[in-house]
Amino acid sequence: MEFRDNKAIYLQIVEYVCEHILLGKWKADEKVPSVREMAVALEVNPNTVMRTYELLQNKNIINNKRGIGFFVAENAIEGVKSYRKVQFMDDELPVVFRNIYLLNIGFDELKTKYETFVKENFNA
Amino acid sequence: MIKINNLNFGYSKHKPLFKNMSMQLSNGHIYGLLGKNGAGKSSLLKNLAGLVYAQSGTLEVMGFNPAKRQPALLEQICFIPEEFYLPSVKIDAYVRANAPFYKNFDHQYFGNLLKEFDIPVSQKLINMSYGQKKKVIIAFGLATQAKLIIMDEPTNGLDIPSKAQFRKIMASAMTEDRCIIISTHQVRDLDNLIDTVIMLDENDVALKASVQEITEKLTFKKVKEIDDSIIYAEPSLSGYNAVMPNYHHEESKLDMELLFNAILAEKVKFKPLFN
Repeated sequence: MEFRDNKAIYLQIVEYVCEHILLGKWKADEKVPSVREMAVALEVNPNTVMRTYELLQNKNIINNKRGIGFFVAENAIEGVKSYRKVQFMDDELPVVFRNIYLLNIGFDELKTKYETFVKENFNA
Repeated sequence: MIKINNLNFGYSKHKPLFKNMSMQLSNGHIYGLLGKNGAGKSSLLKNLAGLVYAQSGTLEVMGFNPAKRQPALLEQICFIPEEFYLPSVKIDAYVRANAPFYKNFDHQYFGNLLKEFDIPVSQKLINMSYGQKKKVIIAFGLATQAKLIIMDEPTNGLDIPSKAQFRKIMASAMTEDRCIIISTHQVRDLDNLIDTVIMLDENDVALKASVQEITEKLTFKKVKEIDDSIIYAEPSLSGYNAVMPNYHHEESKLDMELLFNAILAEKVKFKPLFN
């Protein structure tokens, strides 16, 4: 995993876990790597991974089964989506809005672009 | 784990290195010890390992005074110095001579680390390259299962794959009952491993704070222009890399090099933020 330099590492690991869940690599009720395994794999301090897992627990994305380890929550995908939505609205959208405003891009033009994008990438 | 109280230390009476330094370190952390050349990083580490003695003040490591060099303490300290000497013997002879001093020495773990570091075990230590020797003493040090691990510039001399292996090994060596202190100038080698920063400057601790505390109080980011809110900035390709108070609860990534330069340049402005 490549870390970027603009966001706290523990949040980048949150994204990494969310990505695995959304892509179906880690499924509901499956065990996720232990704090130590994750720290070794990503070459980071175990305390950082602990912070990641605490946040993921608060968002109901993973559960801690005492003595056994961490597991993907039953409704993890919903948890990931609502967490990511807040992140997108708060962090990413303002940047896009700023460019839309500065470049005078109309909403109709955006709508057409968006629909073509969905068709081409997701066949929806 | 470690209590330092009003430590005064220097190599000559007229040139004090530490003046009334106080600090406490606990287990379950990897401390990154930073400071300019000559700020006293290695000297602080030597004080902790009982290799040099305080002029006044007290040092307590796991309840012991390290200056007394009691075996019960020394077997719990692993010290990886920056400069070292290894004898003209092979690894097995070295282990036979030195491992008995550490009652918890784990031979199997030592073997695994040597394999991971790709060390030619049949070669004499003295004929190995600096990087290979360094990896041998790191492996030996970790295999002692000591509770206090002190490393002075451990990544110096390590090649690129060895640095990644070193980070993995340290991530797995960090347990709740251990305290790891690493002094380094190569912060980019280690910045994701360090959870608490200790910075020495002007005969004292200029900063001791966890990465979490630092990033709660400060934001590190790229900006196009400099304004009054910025405490310290360095020009970069796309504008400036800046440090400013974290007014909007942003969760930025700590830039350790930038923090280091910022504190050296603007010590007075940072003091009130971390007291």
